[in-house]
Amino acid sequence: METKNIMIAGVGGQGTLLASKLLGRLLLGKGYDVKVSEVHGMSQRGGSVVTYVRWGEKVYSPIIDKGQADVILSFELLEAARWAEYLKPGGRIITNTQQVNPMPVITGAAQYPQGLEGKLCAAGIDLDAIDALSLAEEAGSSRAVNLVLLGRLSKWLDFTEDEWMAAIEQSVPPKFLEMNRRAFALGRGY
Amino acid sequence: MKQLMLGNEAVARGLYEAGCTFVSSYPGTPSTEITEAAAKYPELYAEWAPNEKVAMESAFGASLAGRRSFCGMKHVGLNVAADPLFTLSYTGVRGGMVVAVADDAGMHSSQNEQDSRHYAMAAKLPMLEPSDSAEALDFTKLAYELSEAFDTPVILKMCTRVAHSQSVVETGERDEAPEKPYEKDGAKYIMMPVNAKRRHPLVEERTAKIAEWAEHASVNRIEAGKDYTLGIITSSTSYQYVKEACGNTYPVLKLGMVWPLPVEKIKTFSAGVGRVVVVEELDGFIEAHCRSIGVAVEGKSLFPCVGELSQNMVAAQLGRPHCTGAQLEEGIPPRPPVMCAGCPHRGLFYTLKKNNLTVLGDIGCYTLGAAAPLGAMDSTICMGASVSSLHGFNKATGGESEGRTVAVIGDSTFMHSGVTGLINTAYNESNSTVIILDNSITGMTGHQQNPTTGFNLKGDPCTKIDLEGLCRAVGISRVRVVDPYDLTACDTAVKEELAAREPSVIISRRPCALLKYVRHPGPIAADPDKCVGCKSCMRIGCPAISIVDGKAAIDSTLCTGCGVCSQLCKFDALGGKKEA
Repeated sequence: METKNIMIAGVGGQGTLLASKLLGRLLLGKGYDVKVSEVHGMSQRGGSVVTYVRWGEKVYSPIIDKGQADVILSFELLEAARWAEYLKPGGRIITNTQQVNPMPVITGAAQYPQGLEGKLCAAGIDLDAIDALSLAEEAGSSRAVNLVLLGRLSKWLDFTEDEWMAAIEQSVPPKFLEMNRRAFALGRGY
Repeated sequence: MKQLMLGNEAVARGLYEAGCTFVSSYPGTPSTEITEAAAKYPELYAEWAPNEKVAMESAFGASLAGRRSFCGMKHVGLNVAADPLFTLSYTGVRGGMVVAVADDAGMHSSQNEQDSRHYAMAAKLPMLEPSDSAEALDFTKLAYELSEAFDTPVILKMCTRVAHSQSVVETGERDEAPEKPYEKDGAKYIMMPVNAKRRHPLVEERTAKIAEWAEHASVNRIEAGKDYTLGIITSSTSYQYVKEACGNTYPVLKLGMVWPLPVEKIKTFSAGVGRVVVVEELDGFIEAHCRSIGVAVEGKSLFPCVGELSQNMVAAQLGRPHCTGAQLEEGIPPRPPVMCAGCPHRGLFYTLKKNNLTVLGDIGCYTLGAAAPLGAMDSTICMGASVSSLHGFNKATGGESEGRTVAVIGDSTFMHSGVTGLINTAYNESNSTVIILDNSITGMTGHQQNPTTGFNLKGDPCTKIDLEGLCRAVGISRVRVVDPYDLTACDTAVKEELAAREPSVIISRRPCALLKYVRHPGPIAADPDKCVGCKSCMRIGCPAISIVDGKAAIDSTLCTGCGVCSQLCKFDALGGKKEA
């Protein structure tokens, strides 16, 4: 099979690392060769962050290059637009509609672009935009945005709900398991 | 058992399986997780040292005692540890000794992108370079075999993409390495001139022997191709980009040992192909070696010595098909990293900015104080440089700058190498004001303990170095502590210490807002009736505050209720002023 690529984009601190770890665990369990590339250190401090998840029979590069992502899973709308160049022609962006202002916007040096969802669609991108923050809050915590988005992603990947649940169980602390399951189900059912 | 592991975790697994018993490191992105993961194996003693030089010397001590030892660091950390490194090349080892160094091409979290391979050549030490997690594990074990077989420390060179990528590894069992009881051997370990002169020729002989080993080593392998008009020599993550871009089209010489490099193997490989292209990140290190042995290669004429490579870059330069994405036609504002909401550094940096001070900075989260709108930093060089460069600055101006210049340095960085600069300040008497930003943790690298926190790497309580006592002990009489959430106290402290006619230390003390044990008052709410839209609160660059429809708005998912913005609001619109 051809190597599959999912790029996870977000703002440092949003929980992108947990999402990529969970996906990696799930894919390894399915017997694929897997590479998950993470970002640690300075850029984690509220900066723009991406992690790469790649799987197939044999995966070489740990990174996804421009024009290669089958799916971009974005935790924030501006980040979806920032990394759109990495999408394969015909690829899908699943994005949280939440807007987090970057510092240049906060200080007034730049504007947060308006109408990004429409512009992404107009660029021919298959856009799936959801209010993951509200769904996460409904599940019990604003910090569960990652599980809502993984739930949404799960609709487009060929894994059973049981396989997803097993991966969630292995990836989140027991005391938050129920809440994370709810978040995943809300994203999947949205 | 097959599992996904970060390259760094795989190195730690390799330490475990190789029977290593002693690990000492200083944290630094992208090397930190090696030591954190090593600490999880009860069979390994693991510690955070105050700096890389101490870590390496401690690892040498463990090796001298006959145990397999390890120290890990980032590329710039190896500069700090270079002093013991070069002489340990002469002494060799007793128990196997491995030094991991992690380069950061692309500078994801670093102040430069130096290429550590030069150290292997300069210090005449073998260097192994894994290209994924499985190799990281295998090469770590191999490094101990080589270390003991050739009587040398061995460098394991990581890079961001190998260190911070998870890939599949097959783990094995631990082999307890036999302990070699200590035996006195002054001619080998006392590096005074008479002995060192005898050791140096042995180092040269050793390098020749290892180069011979490299000719036949399976880590330097030739992979067959279909099209021999081109042959590629590569290593590390560049190998992965080559395979991604070219598959099995061209033959590849994949080098797992990048120093010493084989001669005959490179010549034989090159003779069997048309063009030879070296694909390597940063400097043309392998390329220069090929040229020096008379092999004509291309390398840096095709690939930059700046930043990281990628599969598309390799494909483009080698004429392979590759995708290019379409950029959205839209100005996307950048999202640089910022000080977190509730960060204790913010109040202090606001004070420095307000007083229009020259600020000599250092390495840590607080380097973000350089960013707009605080912009309260004038220099950042390396660990500890703030304190020593402030001394030089003030001396050079004849004291004229003393009243308006400060150094800022974190608690961990101060222990790493700031304290020696402070000793110089006291000893050579510059009237300098040093501010220690004590957030009770090593923040930027992801919350590692340090000598001032009272806990060790394993999380157990331990001796806590008293910063105030330490500063007084090295000769600074004026030492005071302020709470950086209290802007009035910060302002008073900075003004008074700058006015004083002697050196001083201000300890700005409050734990990192991200530490789990820190309890926050909770988010404040902006009162739109009281807010006049003056934007005073915007001067501190807090990511939780923005202006919506002309009025201040608080992002309650980010705000911790630290109260710094409340103190700036003259109209009592931000949750009221905190009690003084």
